[in-house]
Amino acid sequence: MSTIVNERISEIIDGKRVITRKPELLAPAGNLEKLKIAVHYGADAVFIGGQEFGLRSNAGNFSIAQMQEGVEFANKYDAKIYVTTNIFAHNDNMHGLEDYLQNIEGAGVTGIIVADPLIIETCKEVAPNLEIHLSTQQSLSNWKAVQYWKEQGLERVVLARETGAEEIQLMKEKVDIEIESFVHGAMCIAYSGRCVLSNHMTARDSNRGGCCQSCRWDYDLYAVESGEEKPLFEKQQEAFAMSPKDLKLIESIPQIIELGIDSLKVEGRMKSIHYIATVVTVYRKVIDAYCADPDNFIIQREWLEELDKCANRETASSYFEGEPGYEQQMFGNHSKQTTFDFCGIVLDYNDETSMITLQQRNYFKPGDEVEFFGPEIGNFNVIVGEIFDGKGTSLDAARHPLQIVHFKCEQKVNSHDMMRKEMR
Amino acid sequence: MKKPQLLVTPHSLEHIAALLDAGADAFLVGEEQFGLRLAGEFPLEAVKEATQLIHAQGKKIFIAMNAIFHNDRVDALAPYIEELDKIAVDAIVFGDPAIVIARREAQSEIPLHWDAETISTNWFQVNYWGKRGASRALLARELSMEEVVEIKENAQVEIEVLVHGMTCMFQSKRSLLGNYFLFQDQAMEVENRKAAKNMFLHDKERENKYPIFEDLNGTHIFSPNDICIIDELEELFEAQIDSFKVDTVLHTEAYALAVVSYYRQAIDAYAESQEEYEDIKAELLEKIEEIQPALRPLDTGFYFKETVY
Repeated sequence: MSTIVNERISEIIDGKRVITRKPELLAPAGNLEKLKIAVHYGADAVFIGGQEFGLRSNAGNFSIAQMQEGVEFANKYDAKIYVTTNIFAHNDNMHGLEDYLQNIEGAGVTGIIVADPLIIETCKEVAPNLEIHLSTQQSLSNWKAVQYWKEQGLERVVLARETGAEEIQLMKEKVDIEIESFVHGAMCIAYSGRCVLSNHMTARDSNRGGCCQSCRWDYDLYAVESGEEKPLFEKQQEAFAMSPKDLKLIESIPQIIELGIDSLKVEGRMKSIHYIATVVTVYRKVIDAYCADPDNFIIQREWLEELDKCANRETASSYFEGEPGYEQQMFGNHSKQTTFDFCGIVLDYNDETSMITLQQRNYFKPGDEVEFFGPEIGNFNVIVGEIFDGKGTSLDAARHPLQIVHFKCEQKVNSHDMMRKEMR
Repeated sequence: MKKPQLLVTPHSLEHIAALLDAGADAFLVGEEQFGLRLAGEFPLEAVKEATQLIHAQGKKIFIAMNAIFHNDRVDALAPYIEELDKIAVDAIVFGDPAIVIARREAQSEIPLHWDAETISTNWFQVNYWGKRGASRALLARELSMEEVVEIKENAQVEIEVLVHGMTCMFQSKRSLLGNYFLFQDQAMEVENRKAAKNMFLHDKERENKYPIFEDLNGTHIFSPNDICIIDELEELFEAQIDSFKVDTVLHTEAYALAVVSYYRQAIDAYAESQEEYEDIKAELLEKIEEIQPALRPLDTGFYFKETVY
């Protein structure tokens, strides 16, 4: 499918086509620090989890006060906050919902991402200022179902991960509703909401946040033939696996924008600030560059290389271009692979002494070649010189996570910039 | 006492005739294009014949339209519903809201039964879909007895639960078996096993065996055990649950017949008196254990099991 030109999202300005209806870049945040990083690095909106009614019970989740602080921070950047309340509730989970939704509304949050009609209807009634976005947990896969949710008054729908470009195009043509679609991150291999492997295998409820990712395990495939159970593959062969490669649609962003998709979603509330900063930086650059001059846009090799610096699994396009084959799954040893270590985050920079104050996140030492990156500085490499602790004592290495260290760097950096190091 | 309806998924027209004799009150049929994980394939012609057969005995026929639809299949929904209207089936089972829209387009008033499987988890939802055309809801199998009873107490629609058979615990759109054979460089196997329903995944750590097959709707993986609560039906009777479902997918016709006849006995006995049911329930369980395939252990699902999250 070639890239179409969507006149509804663009205008001709000074003889040049410009995308004037830019899509939202939506990033995940598991805690306040991650939220601030996502916003600072250029996310237009951030989705977070509260302490109730959300999936990812392991993600560090926000109290109402923290939501409020997040909203205040985001407001300074004109960014929006959405709260995931996307469990399928059991009867017992129904208590406290009204208060919770009113508290979210009171915190200034823009909207909730929700799957259970219980929460949708309760929200309409008790917290009418919140936008309601349908979660991917509903596995929304066709335009008539999109029409249904439009009629129910929802502002936006997140599509099933199984929908592709052509399907989304038809949904956009048929129904006037905002569409949010995943562009990057880990994937469910099942239709979301329709997988209870965790329940049956480990008595943990996947649709209430207990998913233990049984789909990432190995199994042996057998057949029953004339009453006999026969393994279909030898022990030394790779076992049956369902594990999908992570989604990465960076090179399809032009097409995604022309489809008129309203919000491009990055998965990963459990991911690190380094991951969030890197992914947001690169998608921000691609979206901005394409929208400014779509007809002359060329994706830069360094953007793609930059994105790979936080990769932790192999990646694929999933359903965007059609039915994914076995090449989009991982068989055998598929342990995570990282190529860069996140070494620290800049807290301060002294213009007079050129000294950086940095909070350490991973081991580094004098003589290491490191890379700084941030929204204002782009990327540059330096060799680390002498490192000092807070008392001015020289260190042979920065060894301790969260330790505050100082060293000189002639090129200016800013608070929130990050430092990483290639692993060799 | 109003007896709960005994609903079964038949394999064929002949099977329906036999199941009627065995005491089934209602049948769920359909075709792969619209319905999920059916025991048999019933194109419209067969639905018509089945309806005549079933209605002649005063029993009910429901049509499975509970697939997760993509754009390529939604245009076929309203015409299919129009055909079902002509045949005068008793209900359409659905899980995708596209059916609410398609039914309206078809100007049909066939009652809907809401069955979205894993996500049908609380009483608010069943009433929500009740306001949108559903006269019945089938509950998620991952609920406890207590939760089922509480839903029934608060429901404005009929409630159906699975009392016997396996349940699907995973549906992927991807061809996970085909992909695995291709990865192993066995393209021939993809062809050979396309329709095969004799495969399972072995989970060594839990010593579980999960049936798996692939069809038009993707890859389906089933629970390691068959639910069987023939000796634990008291609370469901007391709560006046409206329908007991026996799912016979991946079982033989003969097995389905026997199981239906045992649940028939259980229901009829309880209708006489609780004591009568108490007297025969252990024996009924034994009879099922006798015919139960070795590959499929019995358990009581989540009726008496806690889940955490």
